[in-house]
Amino acid sequence: MPTIVVEVMPKAELLDPAGKAVAGAIHRLGESRITDVRLGKRFELHVDGEVDDALLDTARQLAADLLSNGVIEDVVSVHVAEQAAAGAGA
Amino acid sequence: MRVGVVTFPGSLDDRDAMRAVRLAGAEPVALWHGEHDLKGVDAIVLPGGFSYGDYLRAGAIAARSPIMAEVIDAANGGMPVLGICNGFQILVEAHLLPGGLIRNDHGDFIRRDQRLRVESTASAWTNGFTEGQEIVIPLKNGEGGYIADEATLDRLEGEGLVAFRYLDVNPNGSLRDIAGLRNERGNVVGLMPHPEHAVEAGFGPDTTSAMRSGTDGLTFFTSVLKQSVLN
Repeated sequence: MPTIVVEVMPKAELLDPAGKAVAGAIHRLGESRITDVRLGKRFELHVDGEVDDALLDTARQLAADLLSNGVIEDVVSVHVAEQAAAGAGA
Repeated sequence: MRVGVVTFPGSLDDRDAMRAVRLAGAEPVALWHGEHDLKGVDAIVLPGGFSYGDYLRAGAIAARSPIMAEVIDAANGGMPVLGICNGFQILVEAHLLPGGLIRNDHGDFIRRDQRLRVESTASAWTNGFTEGQEIVIPLKNGEGGYIADEATLDRLEGEGLVAFRYLDVNPNGSLRDIAGLRNERGNVVGLMPHPEHAVEAGFGPDTTSAMRSGTDGLTFFTSVLKQSVLN
């Protein structure tokens, strides 16, 4: 079953308190080379049937209107997921 | 006057808002998020809480719930609508007020009795205050940081649409200390602090005269009554 992936991130210029808290935890674990963390969202839209251009457009529209708030977030990517290596053990 | 209070899944302060409406002298009417019926109310309160678990973004799913279609139409038609805390987030997500609300800059949920300055009395919910009046009402939120781009902030200031500003402490990193807004017409007001928790002596913030005697929040609800008389 194809999946459309939508990735949304807080705007770059925005303070990201959640990312900051995660960065703090990483530093407490002793990794100092990771200087900053930003925390976003990944949506997986499962599709019944083929993904055509019209459906991708719909997904882009949903990403802009519902899945993100343009005031505070950017839609980074809307794409069809690579089919995972089907069949376990393959 | 009949004032509707919408209950969403996850609303916490709907009963408090209804009580505030009653104490102000109006008739509270319970409205349900899943219906398209405003039951003939004259004004609407979107209460605080965590509608739909605040999944996606605070207020985002609630802003697209069935009853919001009617609320948005009514607001655009001039009906007074007050959004408190999660209700403010819903108004912003519904594009009835500009900007956005993000997680508090310090990352913590905060609860305090908050001093505010009333910046605009030109609205259905603030006409009972005087310009520049200082009030104290409770604040409690995790995502109360108000943001907008510079052009929007300048427009809000220039047109006098900032309704309330934080005094003493900016509790969440809100830009320009903005605690609440009104729309151009003055019928829609949204703010992060909770007026409905300061409407009855014995249950509000402390004042210099007595513990828990603060009732500054009641003026929001009496203002809308006055507005309906004026109309």
